[in-house]
Amino acid sequence: MEIKKELNGTALTIKVIGRLDAGSAPELSKFITSALDGVTDLTFDFAELQYIASAGLRVLLVAQKRMNKQGSMKLIHVNETVMEVLDMTGFASLMTIE
Amino acid sequence: MEKITLAATIDNLQQVTDFAAEKLEAHDCPLKASMQLELVIEEIFVNIASYAYEPSTGDATFCVDFEENPTAVLLTFIDGGKPYNPLEKTDPDISLDAEEREIGGLGIFLVKNNVDEISYERTDDKNILRMKKLF
Repeated sequence: MEIKKELNGTALTIKVIGRLDAGSAPELSKFITSALDGVTDLTFDFAELQYIASAGLRVLLVAQKRMNKQGSMKLIHVNETVMEVLDMTGFASLMTIE
Repeated sequence: MEKITLAATIDNLQQVTDFAAEKLEAHDCPLKASMQLELVIEEIFVNIASYAYEPSTGDATFCVDFEENPTAVLLTFIDGGKPYNPLEKTDPDISLDAEEREIGGLGIFLVKNNVDEISYERTDDKNILRMKKLF
């Protein structure tokens, strides 16, 4: 997994590339712990995210809970495989997906 | 039937999913089912790696077998860790909003939703989890 970030003022886009599994999720978790400070608009760009497992969902839920307090969060460019997991777990209805 | 036994650690996850992917490909498993199975395998293996032998470590055995008419794959995970029946875990309430949702409990839920049959038994001090998926 590779993480790319783009900060414009208080708007942060995090591009997650590759696989968000139990091996890589801790890295993203650690990354967002500090990267979200002062952010009001968070976008996860999943255009190049091929796979997500429950470990990745947990990180998204932590991010969502935090952004509910300090701004908003959305997921963009979600592929079919990842969307299926978001649908199955109800995450698709508790997150903004564009 | 083909099987692999290895230390149940997150670092070995890819070895397990690669092992399965190779067998599934050889049996012409469609891509969608393969990806769902990869998720199933990860969730179970990671559970074993995280909890079965905690705070120590131990081995897990993973078996892959196939059936014809109808075509199906049979996956079996065996570990010698503490007794744990994942099927007894209550499903998460997926209608709750983010604040009410708990972190966790999603893995086994995803497993149950991506296989056609799943059963657990505790035999000879081992946890045996069997799953079947038609493809």
